[in-house]
Amino acid sequence: MTAISTPGAGAAAMPRRQVPAAIRRRRRLLAIANHSVAIALSIMFLLPFVFIVSTALMTNQQMGSLSVWPRPFRWSNFTDLFEFFPFWRFAWNSLLYAGLGTVGVVLSGIPVAYALSRMRWRGRQASFVLLLSTLMLPVQVTIVPLYIIFVRLGWIGSLKPLIVPLFFGDAFTIFLLRQFFLTIPQELSDAARVDGANDLQILLRVIVPLAKPAIAAVALFNFLYCWNDFFSPLLYAGNNPDAWTLAISLQQLTQLSRGILANLQMAASILFTLPVLVIFFLAQKVFVEGVTLTGVKG
Amino acid sequence: MATVTGRPAAATEEARAAERRRRRRRSAWRRQLLALAFMSPWIIGFCAFFVYPVVSSLYFSFTKYDILTDPVWVGLDNYRFMFTSDGRFWTAVYNTAWVVAVIVPLQVAFGIATAMVLIRVKQGLGFYRTVFFLPTMVPLVAAALGFVYLLNPGGPVNAVLGFLHLPEPLWFRDPAWAKPGLALMALWMVGQTMIIFLAAMLDVPRQLYEAADLEGAGPLQRFRHVTLPMISPVIFFSVIIGVINGFRYFTEAYVVSKAGDWDNPVGSPQDSLLFYTSHLYNQGFEGFHMGYAAALSWVMFVVIMVCTLLLIRSSRRWVHYQGGFR
Repeated sequence: MTAISTPGAGAAAMPRRQVPAAIRRRRRLLAIANHSVAIALSIMFLLPFVFIVSTALMTNQQMGSLSVWPRPFRWSNFTDLFEFFPFWRFAWNSLLYAGLGTVGVVLSGIPVAYALSRMRWRGRQASFVLLLSTLMLPVQVTIVPLYIIFVRLGWIGSLKPLIVPLFFGDAFTIFLLRQFFLTIPQELSDAARVDGANDLQILLRVIVPLAKPAIAAVALFNFLYCWNDFFSPLLYAGNNPDAWTLAISLQQLTQLSRGILANLQMAASILFTLPVLVIFFLAQKVFVEGVTLTGVKG
Repeated sequence: MATVTGRPAAATEEARAAERRRRRRRSAWRRQLLALAFMSPWIIGFCAFFVYPVVSSLYFSFTKYDILTDPVWVGLDNYRFMFTSDGRFWTAVYNTAWVVAVIVPLQVAFGIATAMVLIRVKQGLGFYRTVFFLPTMVPLVAAALGFVYLLNPGGPVNAVLGFLHLPEPLWFRDPAWAKPGLALMALWMVGQTMIIFLAAMLDVPRQLYEAADLEGAGPLQRFRHVTLPMISPVIFFSVIIGVINGFRYFTEAYVVSKAGDWDNPVGSPQDSLLFYTSHLYNQGFEGFHMGYAAALSWVMFVVIMVCTLLLIRSSRRWVHYQGGFR
């Protein structure tokens, strides 16, 4: 009896013990497989960074060879760079464009987004549709007449054509802010109105404080867009080296100093990219959430 | 007496109603004016930097204009030249179509694939997400210069290919390999697309997968019948953005073309990197054929409008919106 019942009990107990083990093993294998794929992809995404940084630290002689590791590390590449071109002036121009542009975009975008999301007036829906339609069109559609206007104003060769239009509302910023303003409960505005606040006070004291995360994301996007922008600065400021931004100067580096080698070029690229990466790591949460906001609710 | 007192009473009643109506109308007016005041930055910007340029661009497209002398009306000449005699226009159209037809789908597919890898990883998701997203943060000019170096014929990528005994293309020096080189760069910068897909996939309700499991669906069927329909709005969004970006495609190509040698024309090697915007830039701002450039930009405007409308119409057949519109 016991001899028969024991294997029976064992058979009953065995699957209970064995199945979790098998599943655990399968799960572990699956996790290992997933991680290997993720690690392989990570290496592919990181390898270009490794090559670029190591090249930036190589001597001129070493670049011709096939070795990957710099021997010796030539940190002076980063300081030699400043002899080739006026890095700080270009950095200042980039900062002016990105900084003033961001201020303009945010200042002009907030009231428009408020009117489009939290005020009732005739023509609101039509205005929003028009705004959306401009969102679809690349800048290239309007550059010819704009260029002609800026020629007549004498603004070509300066940063004005880049900055001034940003004080008159940017469709993408307005769109994102509007979407966020819509999520703020209407009761908050109503309560403020009962207390005697007008629309301007509601905007400044209720909506703006609540919308800080969205405003931060929008400001960040604009700053980086301007910092990275190449087409508009090339078009409007390309003819005047005094007004070049870093993006332009980096591309023109080969012309500025003929025969400049890849190590210095990569060092310059790193100096240009570094502020962006620092901002990214400091504000990563704002960033990833902001991108998600653009994609899913857009 | 009653009539005497009644009449003024009715009159004041009426006057009061009229007064109320007037006040209401006045407050509606005030609200309308206030809204317009709030809207004013955009209204001014929209007129000055959009309506006026688009309309005057149409006018310029019928003229010959070099900025220095007054525009001369030439009728449809610009458009006729564009479609019948300008060989580089068709090269630019072909190269741009290549971006839309090859690079955009590759990027969407790779974005979905990397997002799929990320949702399956349980530990270290934050780390992998940051790493995959990082290349997107590199400014385009810097990324393009980096890839010019990485893909130069004696550079690191070819060293790896040589080590594996694979053919070593000349990449940006070879017209046949220049565009694939740019495609590699686009795949490296997949982060933005990936993040959007990742968010969409995380939004898919678990119950749908559990139901699919109960019905005995394998991983492929689950992907085909649950994941894909649920993320189709985002695929749709990415395709539209991709088409628009195809027309915008300029910076990478410009940097790559000029990096080989400063004197290289835009679009080199041999116009293999001449994209629509490159051609427009060349004509308008290097050759100062403003009228012709305006015609090019109007064709671009119309094509983008038509593409977007077609995509939106076709979307009804393949985009699945959960519970109404987005």
